[in-house]
Amino acid sequence: MDIKVSVREAQGECYVVDLGGEIDVYTSPKVKDAIGELIDRGVYNLVINLENVRYIDSTGLGVLIGGLKRVREHGGSVNLVCTNPQIRKIFDITGLVKIFGIFESEDAAMKALV
Amino acid sequence: MNQPLRESAGADVVELRVPCKAEWVALARLSVAAVASRLQFSIDEIEDVKLAVAEACTNAIQHAQGSETIEITCEALSDGLRVSVRDYGLGTRAEAIRSRELDEERVGGLGVFLIRSLMDDVTYDVHPEAGTRLVMHKRLSA
Repeated sequence: MDIKVSVREAQGECYVVDLGGEIDVYTSPKVKDAIGELIDRGVYNLVINLENVRYIDSTGLGVLIGGLKRVREHGGSVNLVCTNPQIRKIFDITGLVKIFGIFESEDAAMKALV
Repeated sequence: MNQPLRESAGADVVELRVPCKAEWVALARLSVAAVASRLQFSIDEIEDVKLAVAEACTNAIQHAQGSETIEITCEALSDGLRVSVRDYGLGTRAEAIRSRELDEERVGGLGVFLIRSLMDDVTYDVHPEAGTRLVMHKRLSA
């Protein structure tokens, strides 16, 4: 099973976390570490790009919620890029669409952040 | 709890036993998805089953103290698929099987909420001395 995590600096003080593959109980610690390291460095505005994520479960959602809670403590925010209908459906049925900004493109997610 | 799952007469049954460890959840969910794909489920419905099984296994891994294995039984029924996920963890699991409320920004309970949302019938059989069995049924669309 694969998970790909990469981080890149974007405009302003924003960072983009690109995720790809499958996020579950086995792989989510890697995602948690990447997001946690950014927040520890003082990065509080994040775009998390889920375009290449094929699967996410509750542990993956938990990592995203945890990251959002941490950046909010510093006045920051997390926006998501999600184009996969199956992944979007999970955010819909769990009600997480209400707490995350979810966008169809990275540009839109970035603009809403800055 | 020590009795075998009561299977429906004539149903094809597929059984799988995996270690109660995170690295085996992918095998479990993909195996059950393969069974679901033998029935007339849509791709979306197969994804629902896959996620529900993964959530059940994850719940066992996180909360079933002392369970070394997870047993998964799939029954191909005339009206759909019934999946049983059984662990041998000890202790009460009240919190582990409590679903969350929408609008709560907490992580706990999300898995159970997803299972109940994605599957048609979900029952828990919790025995503090013998483990937990979750039985969930996904019906074929009419």
